[in-house]
Amino acid sequence: MANVRLVQGNEACALGALKAGAYNFFGYPITPSTEIAEHMAEMMPKCGARFVQMEDEIASIGAVIGAAATGRKAFTATSGPGFSLMQEAIGFAAIDEVPCVVVDVQRMGPCTGLPTLSAQGDIQQARFGSHGDHAIIALAPSSVMETYYMTIQCFNLAEKYRTPVILLLDEEIGHLRERFDVDPDEEVEIINRKQPTCAPEDYLPYENTEDDVPAMAYWGKGYRYHMTGLTHNQKGYYSSVLPEVDAFNRRLTRKIEGHIDEFWESEDFFVDDCDYLFIAYGSVARTAQEAMEELRAEGIKVGLLRPKTIWPINEAKIKKACEGKKAVIVPELNLGQYAREIERVIGKPVEKVTRVDSELVLVEECVDKVKEVLK
Amino acid sequence: MSSHEKYKIRLSGSGGQGVIKAAVMLAEAALVDGRNATQSQVYGPESRGGATRAEVNISDGPILFPKVENPGILLCMSPESFEKFGADIAPGGTLILDGDVGEGTKGVKNYRIPITDTCRDLDPKGSDLSANVVALGVLNGLFDFVSRDAIVESLYRNFKKKVAELNWKFYDAGYEMGKNAKPFEL
Amino acid sequence: MKPEYEKYFRNNLPHIWCAGCGHGIVMSAWARAVNQLGLDKDQCVAISGIGCSSRITGYIDMHTMNTTHGRALTFATGVKMARPDLNVFVFSGDGDGTAIGGNHFIHACRRNIDMTVVLMNNNIYGMTGGQFSPMTPFGKKATTCPYGSIDRSFDMAELAKGAGATFVARSDIFHAKHLTDMIVAGFNHKGFSIIEAVSSCPISYGRRNGTPDPRDMMDNIKEMCVMKAAYDKLSDEEKANKIPIGILQQIDDAPEYTSEYEKLVERVQGGAK
Repeated sequence: MANVRLVQGNEACALGALKAGAYNFFGYPITPSTEIAEHMAEMMPKCGARFVQMEDEIASIGAVIGAAATGRKAFTATSGPGFSLMQEAIGFAAIDEVPCVVVDVQRMGPCTGLPTLSAQGDIQQARFGSHGDHAIIALAPSSVMETYYMTIQCFNLAEKYRTPVILLLDEEIGHLRERFDVDPDEEVEIINRKQPTCAPEDYLPYENTEDDVPAMAYWGKGYRYHMTGLTHNQKGYYSSVLPEVDAFNRRLTRKIEGHIDEFWESEDFFVDDCDYLFIAYGSVARTAQEAMEELRAEGIKVGLLRPKTIWPINEAKIKKACEGKKAVIVPELNLGQYAREIERVIGKPVEKVTRVDSELVLVEECVDKVKEVLK
Repeated sequence: MSSHEKYKIRLSGSGGQGVIKAAVMLAEAALVDGRNATQSQVYGPESRGGATRAEVNISDGPILFPKVENPGILLCMSPESFEKFGADIAPGGTLILDGDVGEGTKGVKNYRIPITDTCRDLDPKGSDLSANVVALGVLNGLFDFVSRDAIVESLYRNFKKKVAELNWKFYDAGYEMGKNAKPFEL
Repeated sequence: MKPEYEKYFRNNLPHIWCAGCGHGIVMSAWARAVNQLGLDKDQCVAISGIGCSSRITGYIDMHTMNTTHGRALTFATGVKMARPDLNVFVFSGDGDGTAIGGNHFIHACRRNIDMTVVLMNNNIYGMTGGQFSPMTPFGKKATTCPYGSIDRSFDMAELAKGAGATFVARSDIFHAKHLTDMIVAGFNHKGFSIIEAVSSCPISYGRRNGTPDPRDMMDNIKEMCVMKAAYDKLSDEEKANKIPIGILQQIDDAPEYTSEYEKLVERVQGGAK
């Protein structure tokens, strides 16, 4: 009880980042993510960490990558318009395998859209926003408590797989205040990037290792190497040698998608014991869960699969979960961005419940959809 | 509050009246009392003015859908907020109007309580900043959602000590009005 | 290359720059400066953006980053806020630094983080084949202004001064020894230092503007670049085709950002206890 207090999603994210060991935050004010920057500005100096308000979002992500390259844990927080501006540099973090975290508190788009209001319209952008081929990890929390733990997890995954990780909050969760019961001194697992064990002259910063993730040396310890946004060889230098380019690009995707079973998570409710399956994430998963409970109380067998890991998508898991269901229903705050992915995976259409008016999908809308499908 | 009762509350007003803060204090107090609560808000681009809505769910069980679509309890502290949200109230619900705001709604319990005026009476030189604390008192006077101890704790968590102490008289005045208020029907 | 400078380079030369390009002179002037300063290359960082100038980081044996177009200063800001103990050099060009990177440029000048920026100005986008930059002089030709540029150009030094840079200098590839001195002085300045290195691009700029021969370009630079003290004595008419080189602005008492942040941490932590 001692630790119970009312905390906003954005604050939980800030607290989680500090718990994860974030040393640097660079950001630019943008609704509805600004509270994260405000909390970092207040808390970071107290913890001996560093907050800088940058001149724009491009500068913010650049500074994050610079700080992270040296060995620090660094992150930024933004929303749609800023997330768009960051895409090129997210590609840099991907190609140079720099562990960092980008928090995107989704708001209504396109463009300026409705800044203070909710949406889940950045789902596909999180995956394909930056040009070229690379995998990405994106997580989506459904509660304030989960935002805290998932933020820590984002830093851990970033370090483990040497990749940018996106925390896809939506305004609904970012601005929601609810019960937060965390012991600040609780021990949590903290992962740090693998260090080279070879001599500096033998170090390959982009080595094709067995686990697909090369060691990343902290700066100032003798392992000097080059980072470039150009396609590079294992040493880090520009390369247009076909087999090298091919191997490199394939590894960038394989190191994440090929290891999906190590980190992919979902929360499942009656997935094996249902005729109608909701697949929902973020704030909307709460609606779907309530609808599921209402429908099950009426004797209708409904289940819910809530991916916590939005990207990469776990094709095997989704396929198996959807097998033999009378209908798969995907409610979301966009016109079917994740539904489209589920359809691709299972090879048949799903039922959609979509809202793009900035209000959260209602329980009755989910209930009505199932009843409509029932007929 | 009975063990399975669930309150769906919406506080509305114009930006700057502090309805979000009042909602935060109410939700925080519910947590202090060992209940569950969610608090959310929808606001426009204005820091001052506009129509702001803040919502609180209070329950002894888990709260999934975090918003309040049709509030059982609706507070309107500005004419715009009544115009915008008055129709959302659930049938049989409770509508609380600040002073001369709105005309009331059919099929619900209407209360007209001089929240902002009471704030002005207590602090004639003030800028109505504590009207939200009067409102919090009114709400708890009407429903006793949360214990007085929980309100105390919540006020101290949400204000600096000095401000929290200054706010007591506003809360108490609101609570008294809530306790003694008589509903009217249309 | 002299062995005392060789240790600052990786063994991956030759570089990509064209014969006659001025950037190699800038690179060697920089290496002489680093040698003079006696820096431990493991404690040094070199960061660049995109363009001919920015390829330099591929050759330097330090912690190096060849970042995205125009953004080197943002990455450098991150590095310094993460590890203020590291020495940071930033290399940029006229297009990279003052067009796409213009916003970061002025804010880096304003913020005043201790780093040394060498901006190689060859008045053109060389790598993409000779398009005009914000520093291409009015009336000069490029592939995207085939009839002569009608864009007014930036004076980078004046821009930096206006944005509050605490060390602004200019030198050129003819006065290579002077360029080294400016880089050394910039490095020794505690704060944000920017040095414009007037360079040349015979292939993409000279060919279209009557100076395809690198020697002519060098002669022009020699004619044009005048020590500041001498420049200041010239009449307005004489100044028309000249630019001053040397230290153009130095402010020693401006707060340096990473030091200010250290003070902030002390203040906040002291207040919290």
